[in-house]
Amino acid sequence: MKLIVAIIRPDKLSDVLEALFRAEVRGLTVSRVQGHGGELEPVQTYRGTTVKMELQEKVRLEIGVSEPFVQPTVQAILRSAATGSVGDGKIFVLSVDSVYRIRTGEANEAAVTPLPNPEAIEVAD
Amino acid sequence: MSAGIGLIATADFVMNLLVQAPELNPADTVWVLVSTALVLLMTPALGFFYGGLVRSKNVLNTMMMSVASIAIVGLTWSLLGYSLAFSPGSDFIGSLDHALLRGVGTETGRWGAFPHVLYMAYQGTFAIIAAALISGAVVERMRFGAYLAFIALWSLVVYAPVAHWVWGNGWIAQLGAIDFAGGTVVHITAGLAAVVSAIVVGRRGDYGRHAVLPHNVPYVLLGAALLWFGWFGFNGGSALAANATAAVAVVNTLLAPAASVLIWLFLDLRRTGKATAVGVATAAVVGLVAVTPAAGFIAPLHAIVLGGIAAVPSYFALQIRSRTRLDDSLDVFAAHGVGGIVGALLTGVFASTAWGSPHAGLIGGNAALLLRQTIALLAAGAYSALATYVLLKLINLVLPLRRTGDQERQGLDVIQHGEEAYSHGDGALLVMEDRRKRGRAAGGES
Repeated sequence: MKLIVAIIRPDKLSDVLEALFRAEVRGLTVSRVQGHGGELEPVQTYRGTTVKMELQEKVRLEIGVSEPFVQPTVQAILRSAATGSVGDGKIFVLSVDSVYRIRTGEANEAAVTPLPNPEAIEVAD
Repeated sequence: MSAGIGLIATADFVMNLLVQAPELNPADTVWVLVSTALVLLMTPALGFFYGGLVRSKNVLNTMMMSVASIAIVGLTWSLLGYSLAFSPGSDFIGSLDHALLRGVGTETGRWGAFPHVLYMAYQGTFAIIAAALISGAVVERMRFGAYLAFIALWSLVVYAPVAHWVWGNGWIAQLGAIDFAGGTVVHITAGLAAVVSAIVVGRRGDYGRHAVLPHNVPYVLLGAALLWFGWFGFNGGSALAANATAAVAVVNTLLAPAASVLIWLFLDLRRTGKATAVGVATAAVVGLVAVTPAAGFIAPLHAIVLGGIAAVPSYFALQIRSRTRLDDSLDVFAAHGVGGIVGALLTGVFASTAWGSPHAGLIGGNAALLLRQTIALLAAGAYSALATYVLLKLINLVLPLRRTGDQERQGLDVIQHGEEAYSHGDGALLVMEDRRKRGRAAGGES
């Protein structure tokens, strides 16, 4: 089991979610965060105040996966989140001691294996 | 010079005074003054309506596209457009008699019992919003500079001539087609310009791949409400007097959109089982557009029918458009183009001489008006589409029309204006060099 933490550009979130969906990775947490990845700081001006934005809007994904899903998940994010410019983000793969599914009390591998979802809605290509 | 000619000249002067220059009427003047302010408010209102419908990274750029029209078209109109539209000229375009506001003073005249300069400004507020309406078709990708160049030229090349055709005693006026407050002049021209702009500028990079949702629905409702408020000046003020026609126009401006909203709610409920807020806002605008050409010409009961009917074609035009590759992003054509066409045709149906129309419509036994309305709307729409295409292609030779790739993805607020709508200021470092430089320049201590 691994916890994959990815920091990506907010405007690539839709692409990444689509790629993860196609890789059959389900179950993730998304947060809006701020950070700095070494990119040029954009300059903004509000009336007499000129500022350099040190912190950029980013999105953090947290995905708990079983071993066979680690590489597909990482590859999906690498493919879909890249623009080629500085500031595309990072992927961290962390080891996890244990995982529990709150609803059923299942532990570890069973807890990160998604159940088939009969109500899944198809998305357009 | 003989005494005879002198006498004739004097008689002519007196006739002019009697026929063309009524005594200034304070009530009329006040109503047109107020209406000018009301119509001007519609343009920032449109900014809120459009701004709420786009993503948060583009809201400032979208609102700027509306607000900037006040500066750009406000000036092109005053300096040249008004003359091309309203000074006596040919059947197709006015002369340069009033260019640079020459001869536009405090005199009253054929426009009504209020100052000429006020008439110029009142008409200017129409030109401003007509140009701003087009922006809804090209939001989230068009370059700001190219957009400004486009609306400046469009206001002179498209709006002013069509205003002359319809309101400046041009060929459509002589044909006998009627347009009370600009259904054809404002909404059909803008609606067709929108379709062409969406095609020439091209669709957004992620159009059709990712869902693009309105980022602030309350803004959409706020914008629609302020548009409706301002529209009382748009339609009511078009009577150009504080009289019964103004009252009819204002009442019809209340009733027609109310009926559109009701029908839209039913259509929404039938299709999805939910009555939507964005739907209500859209329906109000559609009803307002549709009643515009008819406002001072039809009975209030017919305005209700007109508003109700008008909701249907726009509703389905919007559904169909969103399944095509045409990225008329905020459905300017479905609302203003289709709404304007339906309104112009229904004006030909419901126009009533008892309610202020110069010609009876189909229900008054006059089918000819409907035909003349059709000719007028086809001509105005076709001309606007063609001229918009040529203008955009010409501008593209000098200024690239759009942002693409990374810039489009990051959003035009930061790329184009260097600002964010919802910045919380965290991590913003003051740029000190800049500050010191300015302090020195101003002679102050830094």
